[in-house]
Amino acid sequence: MKIKKGDWVLTYHVVLTPDERAPQVPDDTKKVPLESWVKGFLQEDAEIGDEVTVKTITGRMAKGKLLEVNPAYQHNFGNFVPELLQVGIQLKSILWGGEQNE
Amino acid sequence: MNNTSYESVMGRKNEIMKKAVGIDYNVFESGDIRFDYEKMMRDTGYSLDEIQKIQLATGVGNTPLLELKNLTKLARKVAPKGMGARIFIKDEASNPSGSFKARRAATAVYHAKRLGYKGVIAATSGNYGAAVASQAAMQGLKCIIVQECYDSKGIGQPEIIEKARKCEAYGAEVIQLTVGPELFYTFLRLLEETGYFNASLYTPFGIAGVETLGYEIAMQFREREGKDPDVVVCTNAGGGNLTGTARGMIKAGADQTQIIAASVNLSGLHMASDIQFNKKSFTTGHTGFGMPFSTGPDRSDVPRSAARPLRYMHRYVTVAQGEVFYMTETLAQIEGLERGPAGNTSLVAAFSLAQQLDEDKIIVVQETEYTGAGKHVQPQLSFARDNGIDIKFGNPRDEVPGQNIILPEHPRLIQAQEVDLNKLRRSYINHCIDDYGQKEISNEDLDFLVQETKSSIEFVKEIIKEKDIKISE
Repeated sequence: MKIKKGDWVLTYHVVLTPDERAPQVPDDTKKVPLESWVKGFLQEDAEIGDEVTVKTITGRMAKGKLLEVNPAYQHNFGNFVPELLQVGIQLKSILWGGEQNE
Repeated sequence: MNNTSYESVMGRKNEIMKKAVGIDYNVFESGDIRFDYEKMMRDTGYSLDEIQKIQLATGVGNTPLLELKNLTKLARKVAPKGMGARIFIKDEASNPSGSFKARRAATAVYHAKRLGYKGVIAATSGNYGAAVASQAAMQGLKCIIVQECYDSKGIGQPEIIEKARKCEAYGAEVIQLTVGPELFYTFLRLLEETGYFNASLYTPFGIAGVETLGYEIAMQFREREGKDPDVVVCTNAGGGNLTGTARGMIKAGADQTQIIAASVNLSGLHMASDIQFNKKSFTTGHTGFGMPFSTGPDRSDVPRSAARPLRYMHRYVTVAQGEVFYMTETLAQIEGLERGPAGNTSLVAAFSLAQQLDEDKIIVVQETEYTGAGKHVQPQLSFARDNGIDIKFGNPRDEVPGQNIILPEHPRLIQAQEVDLNKLRRSYINHCIDDYGQKEISNEDLDFLVQETKSSIEFVKEIIKEKDIKISE
């Protein structure tokens, strides 16, 4: 898919490879690179996966691999956690249910 | 063009920071252990009066003080007869960016603008990012926020992803990284590249920005109840919240109020571990920051942190993740206040501590934070469940961070756990002495260690004696 110059995109790049990581990093973290994600306006027509340059919202130029066009927020309220229903039921019963200590 | 390798950027740290904070920290150093904390706060900060003006101009502060009558009633139901202090909460979610961090950001961004910086950068995965972004929008500066957000599988903490959205909503650029302390390296490179101001959480003006919170608490209570509160509970991570609040209370003359720190217990989880990153359900307000920043405040992103919590805390308690989620739900269900979980850490502590106080006493929770998609009891618990964490009702004392989250099966099981403050004080003193590396310290350094740990000469002397360190005549 062709992404046009000027489109708002998400890019990815490796900041530090595993062997470049800081000495104090724990072993599991040392096995993986330090990765980063930056959004900006694409500076040239490109395809997903290409190495590109973007101009960020503050006007900085940043290089990275093109991942996504018009990246959307996907976070939400998750799956329903039914246990939470019980909290209010119990508390209202303790406060106003007429029981002495329970 | 500068060398951008990890080692050479870290090697230029002091030079980069000096340019990016506009403070020469050397003038406060003695060359030995001590530095002049109060001089640093005086010379580089702002007076309380100036800060009130700066914050008023951007709609920060003067947040409502709410009495939680139903929660107090609940505490009295489970407390011994005659016990159960009145619980109040300072609704800091009412600040423009939705948390008390707006106070810190207001002064930092004001200062950056006054010094002529074109933009501000902050390294934070917390509410501070949105606070800086909001202030930068108001004051017309550019803003970059650097976050630690994802594990190596690209799975992000929902709470942090939401905070990124909020920063972008205020027009900031957000750079998201995987787990690791080298975030600091990216941060330094950005400071060097842009010449922007380091809106660190730990500068004197950032901490001075929180002093108005303590000051307001004292003033609001005098007006309303005719007295100072007996206890103020502060959620503790980097220590700035507690330090600023306590200093503000002292400036108001409320020097009899006990200041109690509270953190979520995440013991056993390594904060820089890729695998454990998404096994935790709190990304701030926890012991993973609270303990190391108490015993070594200068590990922050400035040479000398203005946040020095051991100077001000009377007690330190921890609470369990399940207790905080439960209390967040409680606040919504019986007080009609839907707020973010992390800010309710101190509320759990207050609910428990209130039961150790008489009914005529007053205990204050000094913050709340905004809530929304990702940053809410529902998605945070759902995320935990997706990551294999067992969520169930039971006794919170059986909770093992990274394995389960135990919602108290009855509110009487909510019990803040006392941290041995002397152990933390000892650890702080040991750090100082080990870093210093000399066999003899001066009387001035001895006094400094006493002040830093809110302890006594005898206490410090005992520790340095154990380490075979002499006091020079």
